[in-house]
Amino acid sequence: MRVVLAEDLFLLRDGLVRMLQAFGFEIAAAVESGPELTRALAELKPDVAVVDVRLPPTHTDEGLQCALAARRERPGLPVLVLSQHVEQLYARELLADGTGGIGYLLKDRVFDAEQFVDAVRRVAAGGTAMDPQVIQQLLSRRAADDRPLARLTPREREVLELMAQGRSNAGIAAQLVVTERAIAKHTSNIFAKLGLEVSDDDNRRVLAVLAYLDQDR
Amino acid sequence: MTTDIERGTFRTRARKVLLAAVQGLTLAVAVLPCGVAFLCLTLVSVALIPLGIGLFTTPAILTGVRALADVRRRLAAQWCGVRIPAVYRPLPASGNPWTRTVALLRDPQVRRDVLWLPVDFTAGFVTALLPALLLCYPLEGFLLAAGLWRPYASGTGDTYWYAFVPVSDRTSAFGAAGLAAVLLVVAYRLVPGMLTAHFRLTRAVLGGDAELAERVRVLTETRRDAVDTSAAELRRIERDLHDGAQARLVAMGMDLGTIASLVERDPAQAKELLAQARRNSAEALEELRDLVRGIHPPVLAERGLGDALRALALRLALPTEVTVELPGRAEAPVESAAYFAVSEVLTNAVKHAGADRIWVDAHHTDGRLRITVTDNGKGGAAVGAGSGLTGVERRLGTFDGVLAVSSPAGGPTMVTMEIPCVLS
Repeated sequence: MRVVLAEDLFLLRDGLVRMLQAFGFEIAAAVESGPELTRALAELKPDVAVVDVRLPPTHTDEGLQCALAARRERPGLPVLVLSQHVEQLYARELLADGTGGIGYLLKDRVFDAEQFVDAVRRVAAGGTAMDPQVIQQLLSRRAADDRPLARLTPREREVLELMAQGRSNAGIAAQLVVTERAIAKHTSNIFAKLGLEVSDDDNRRVLAVLAYLDQDR
Repeated sequence: MTTDIERGTFRTRARKVLLAAVQGLTLAVAVLPCGVAFLCLTLVSVALIPLGIGLFTTPAILTGVRALADVRRRLAAQWCGVRIPAVYRPLPASGNPWTRTVALLRDPQVRRDVLWLPVDFTAGFVTALLPALLLCYPLEGFLLAAGLWRPYASGTGDTYWYAFVPVSDRTSAFGAAGLAAVLLVVAYRLVPGMLTAHFRLTRAVLGGDAELAERVRVLTETRRDAVDTSAAELRRIERDLHDGAQARLVAMGMDLGTIASLVERDPAQAKELLAQARRNSAEALEELRDLVRGIHPPVLAERGLGDALRALALRLALPTEVTVELPGRAEAPVESAAYFAVSEVLTNAVKHAGADRIWVDAHHTDGRLRITVTDNGKGGAAVGAGSGLTGVERRLGTFDGVLAVSSPAGGPTMVTMEIPCVLS
């Protein structure tokens, strides 16, 4: 799998390259600025891009903007955005086009190499990987003022949280140490309570959850 | 009814005129000797500076001049509501008479005080005396008509000039009375204003630039606030780093040291410690992230005020509607001040207002950034009384910004913040 990596800090870029190579990824390019990233994405057509939000030359949200622009050129281009902080605002912008293949994680998540690589693979496959922090913010906020969410049982909330992060039923089952069948039951309950149509597609599932959480703004 | 009211207003007006005349007369009587005496003393004292005596007398005399000027400032405010600002520089604490004298003489306010003395006992004296004169002169006219003309015009051809009326017989005496009546009307209309004119003259000489003085006062205050706030902020950052991230990194280093010695002897425990070290590093990062958000929120740096406010609203536990109309970005310190001010107001609203909805509106008009935060809570918020709003006011004050709170009991609460700034 070919990866384009954009990260301006040398140490982190170097570490990411080694980690991804160790897990069998092919690094097509490792760049350190916005314009370089744009060029690399256009020329190398990678399977997935791992992008830091803040990049030179502006040191603002250059990376995010480049990723969004690249996805406008090539809809569905898988992009995993890394950041020192996570903001719902950015998560919404990334998910806005609804084509999937989006990840938005705190840089800390690279501490757990396997989970991180799993997220990269999921995004590359067209799924999503949202940082638990984003999901928690959304859920805690919604719990305060939305009736349907209040009707969920604690277990269902747990499942919804993991689902929103982008995990598959199998993944959730493994994490919660229950059978996949139990998770399937929970998810259908959740969808029923939230009034959403059931779908097998992981990505659409998350988008539906987020879209639901996003409504009434 | 109408006549009653008219009579009432006439009475108060007449009292005012009389009072102004008496006040003016008192002032005029006091002004002349005091002014002359102080000016002479000052001149002599300054002339004696080369001999050394002046070094000791000058500060004392200038203090006297200042007291005299202060009395006039107080009277101006009490009698006519004319505010005369005084901006004396603080005297050096050292007891050295030379430095004290020089510092005094270099103070522009002291120089204005001294310059005011000759103006005061000439033009000031006249303007203070005029109300009394204008009231007494008609009295003479009436007395002439009442028969006083006789001793003056006893012989034929004797004329007594009352203003421009030659009084020589009964008819012309009545003419004088007519003029006196006209003068009385003029006095009735002009006298209070004349006393005010006296104090205006005083202000013109003594006051310097009133607006400038006020501005200096405000700036001094806000600068002190800003310095205090930033010092407190630095202390907080230092403490947070010291107790938080720094301590965690030390712990992590220790764990790594232990792991190095354990890795062959006891791999299981080494693994456990590794997990702990990783937790420590994650928590250190978490703390640093919070700290960064407290210093300068990343979204603010990346996107500017509008999106920072939107992101802020998203993190709030209450549904918050944000409307932003900013065609550009303000300077970073202004953006930061506005952001933290809004953040504080929103925290207040969530904590105390009991609201279930909040609206934030930010726009830029007439060179001012105006942000309004409205909630549908129970109201009763006030600046001062230990509320966070005082802090917000100070924060905005540094940029000449203002804060207005409308919060009747029962709600809703509307907090408006305005900062003059340009967008780029």
